[in-house]
Amino acid sequence: MNVRSTLLPSSVDTPGGRPSLAGVGTQDGATIASISSKPEPGSLDSELAGRRSRAARRRRLTIYGLRLIFTVVWLGSWELTTRLNWVDPFFYGQPSGIVQRLWTWITEGTALGPLWFQMAVTMEEAVLGFLIGAALGVVFGILLGRIQLLADVLAPFIKGANAIPRVILGGLFAIMFGLSVWGKAWTATVLVFFVVFFNAFQGVREVDPNLIANARVLGADNRRMTTEIVIPSALSWILASLHISFGLAIVGAVVGELFGATAGMGQLVYNAQHTFDVDGVFAGMFVLAVMALVAEGLITVLENRLIKWRPSRVSGEVPI
Amino acid sequence: MAMATAAIELRNVTKRFATPKGGIYTALRDLTMEVAPGEFCAVVGPTGCGKSTTLALISGLERASAGEVLVMGEPIRGIPDGIGYVFQTDAVFPWKTVLENVAAGPRYHGTTGSAARKKAREWIARVGLAGFEDRYPHQLSGGMRKRVGLAQSLINNPRILLMDEPFSALDVQTRTLMENELLAIWSATSASVVFVTHDLEEAISLADRVVVLTAGPGTVKGTYKVDLPRPRNVAEIRFQPRFAQIYEAIWSQLRDEVLVSYERQKHAAAV
Repeated sequence: MNVRSTLLPSSVDTPGGRPSLAGVGTQDGATIASISSKPEPGSLDSELAGRRSRAARRRRLTIYGLRLIFTVVWLGSWELTTRLNWVDPFFYGQPSGIVQRLWTWITEGTALGPLWFQMAVTMEEAVLGFLIGAALGVVFGILLGRIQLLADVLAPFIKGANAIPRVILGGLFAIMFGLSVWGKAWTATVLVFFVVFFNAFQGVREVDPNLIANARVLGADNRRMTTEIVIPSALSWILASLHISFGLAIVGAVVGELFGATAGMGQLVYNAQHTFDVDGVFAGMFVLAVMALVAEGLITVLENRLIKWRPSRVSGEVPI
Repeated sequence: MAMATAAIELRNVTKRFATPKGGIYTALRDLTMEVAPGEFCAVVGPTGCGKSTTLALISGLERASAGEVLVMGEPIRGIPDGIGYVFQTDAVFPWKTVLENVAAGPRYHGTTGSAARKKAREWIARVGLAGFEDRYPHQLSGGMRKRVGLAQSLINNPRILLMDEPFSALDVQTRTLMENELLAIWSATSASVVFVTHDLEEAISLADRVVVLTAGPGTVKGTYKVDLPRPRNVAEIRFQPRFAQIYEAIWSQLRDEVLVSYERQKHAAAV
């Protein structure tokens, strides 16, 4: 019922940090609000509701204001120090240069061709890797979670595989698949697989034994137990892992491109790096971050669809 | 009183568990009891005397380490047909609506979806939840979730209904209400009930017979007939003089066991 912590191998970084704090405190409040009736105008209730919404608006404005100030200070100091040549823009880039580079990419295209094409290439690799990795992770997680013997037999192999710094496999896949999309997709797959696998496995293991007992007494066979009890129960874990793993899929795709590619955002960044175009590297990073955030947003939509039985999450916009 | 037709029979049943530390914990020792068809039997005993284990054995969720468990005269293998189980904690499925929760039993037994839903609607109405079919459990109160659990078990027409302190988490008013409704629903069925509770008042108000278990390892200390007339009103029956007599008789037995259990807990805490 609550926001689950995700089991993360320590070697993995988490790009695209999600505002997961938003849901936690507000769940109860949201539930109560959905049950209680609409306040009548002019009553004490409506006055209280008005006061509360005004307070919420004030708080929202404060937060947006502070964010704006933070951004101005951050980018402003960067721009200023590089303009004044206290810091060499050749090595450290410059916000105006990055914006200019982005604009050139959008209007005139990149050194490798149109920007949208680079994004599409990387997205294709990441999505393929994400889908394959997530599917395999869910299937294996559930199988091993349900079948103790399988888990016992495979445990050392999985631990061993997880101990490998998996981006290295990108080099191997580059040899196996050459410049094709699959080298990158498989790199993304191995990154995604383990995160999803461990979560699905844990999710299956954490199913409330009471629910299992109840379903058994009600007459559920093994198949029903898996589809109606175990999988729905593990779903919150699995979906939580998908949030992190799309970011990882992009990491996998980009790393795969660094090992050899003709197009894609990773190749674009690689290219910029080799022409000492620091602004280009930053601009590439920015585009990748936007891609990860958009995908993350889509996954949130999917999550809310799939888990509509959970206490309703934040309905309106709530500052994090 | 060996009845050939006992709904439930436990013969010299012992149940042991291996503890994580490698020891052996005996929950039940040499327990023998019977429940007649249609009988409402309450099982009381101090904390940790193996009350819940008894239910787990009858339901087939656990197997006896020694002795025999017979349901409808048959030694149990797996989970016997015609068993309903209402758990102490919430065991309704949070991702299913009230309707889907109640319809689960018939569906698992092969009834088609629409027939199962039709039957489920009837049972939802019988436990007083009409209009809440499409709610999810988190949108209901604790008492309403208990009703869902009750309907979920009863829809399978159980010949045996096992209840493990089902109302212990409810507030007193809701609890009395639920107890009365349970009696009303039960009287319309021919099910045998085994009702586990630590509350002697609840046991006497509901049951035909009260079985007192000893402090763990549990075995039967004594059984007491409750010859109070039915239909009963749980809220008022406690004021009858006969109720007080029965209460006193059972309590004099139960008290010793509670004291033993309490001393042990103190000892365990001190070690």
